[in-house]
Amino acid sequence: MRVKLRIKRFDGEGDREPYWAEYEVEAEPTDRLLDALHAVKWYQDGTLSFRRSCAHGVCGSDAMLINGRNRLACKVLVKDLGERITVEPLRGYPVIKDLVVDQTAFFQKYESVKPYLSPEGEPPARERLQTPEQRERFDDTTKCILCAACTTSCPSFWSNPDYVGPAAIVNAHRFLFDSRDAATAERLAGLNGTDGVWRCRTVFNCVEACPRGIDITRAIGEVKKALLLGRT
Amino acid sequence: MEPSSAGGRPRPTGGLELYAWLFMRVSGALLLLLALGHLALMHLINNVEAINFAFVAERWANPLWRLYDWFLLALALVHGFNGVRVMVDDYVRSPGLRVLSLVGVYGLTLFFLVAGSFVILTFQPMAGG
Repeated sequence: MRVKLRIKRFDGEGDREPYWAEYEVEAEPTDRLLDALHAVKWYQDGTLSFRRSCAHGVCGSDAMLINGRNRLACKVLVKDLGERITVEPLRGYPVIKDLVVDQTAFFQKYESVKPYLSPEGEPPARERLQTPEQRERFDDTTKCILCAACTTSCPSFWSNPDYVGPAAIVNAHRFLFDSRDAATAERLAGLNGTDGVWRCRTVFNCVEACPRGIDITRAIGEVKKALLLGRT
Repeated sequence: MEPSSAGGRPRPTGGLELYAWLFMRVSGALLLLLALGHLALMHLINNVEAINFAFVAERWANPLWRLYDWFLLALALVHGFNGVRVMVDDYVRSPGLRVLSLVGVYGLTLFFLVAGSFVILTFQPMAGG
């Protein structure tokens, strides 16, 4: 099928304003949007820039605004998008070039929740054991691939870039509810401020955007509850 | 080795944002009941046309009704105030405008709370005649 791609382009080194560029490519209905973007970049216009790595929905590099929704270009099929497809960079971060945004702030927020296991005491001779139930408690939030689709779909984040954002809270949740972790108080304290979890207005855009199907608003709610009750 | 069930033990938390969040939920639930009660009393049980000075004076002769109306006033005002405060936090990013908006919001809320409480607490049916 012929597909018309309307891509919002911007070159930080030359352009003053972003502009819309249109391309027509031949695509199989079962092609992914990423294949169509490749067709443009490889055969029509090599200056088009976008990020992608694994191209199989695991690395989280190619999240972009596709037909008005945050999606992974490698996970969404052309037949589900129609013959006219608009592609824009993620909202809320400065555009470096075309579909590539500057994610420095995103990863700063991620680091702020200390996204690594902080156990107490001497390391045991073998693994730190955990029952299947204890593992299940935070299973959903282990699925995050840090693609930033959730945070850049969040109106609270759009209006206030200081908001820690859903992605960072999801990754805090992953350790907060881990029975082996001991940095709970420290993590919770960081999320209790004006720009922490209380900025979440339960808009649910993040849940809609997440390519991994993580129940993000529920995870944020569980962190709020942990703060309120003082226990996880 | 037995799997540890200890996990992290967070200290009890607090802070303005936490209590503001909790207040919004509790006051929202209370306001639903209070407002529905108010609606039933003023519009269903009594006809709007029957509500006049004498009606209010008679009702406020009972301090429990004054308390009811004061709770309705205070909860609705502070609930609305916190909503606006949060919107200012979200949307007003320039420091000067931010201070101005917050001073305005806090000031208006305090004024209406004091003025409303003054009326409810000091109302004298006899003086009005």
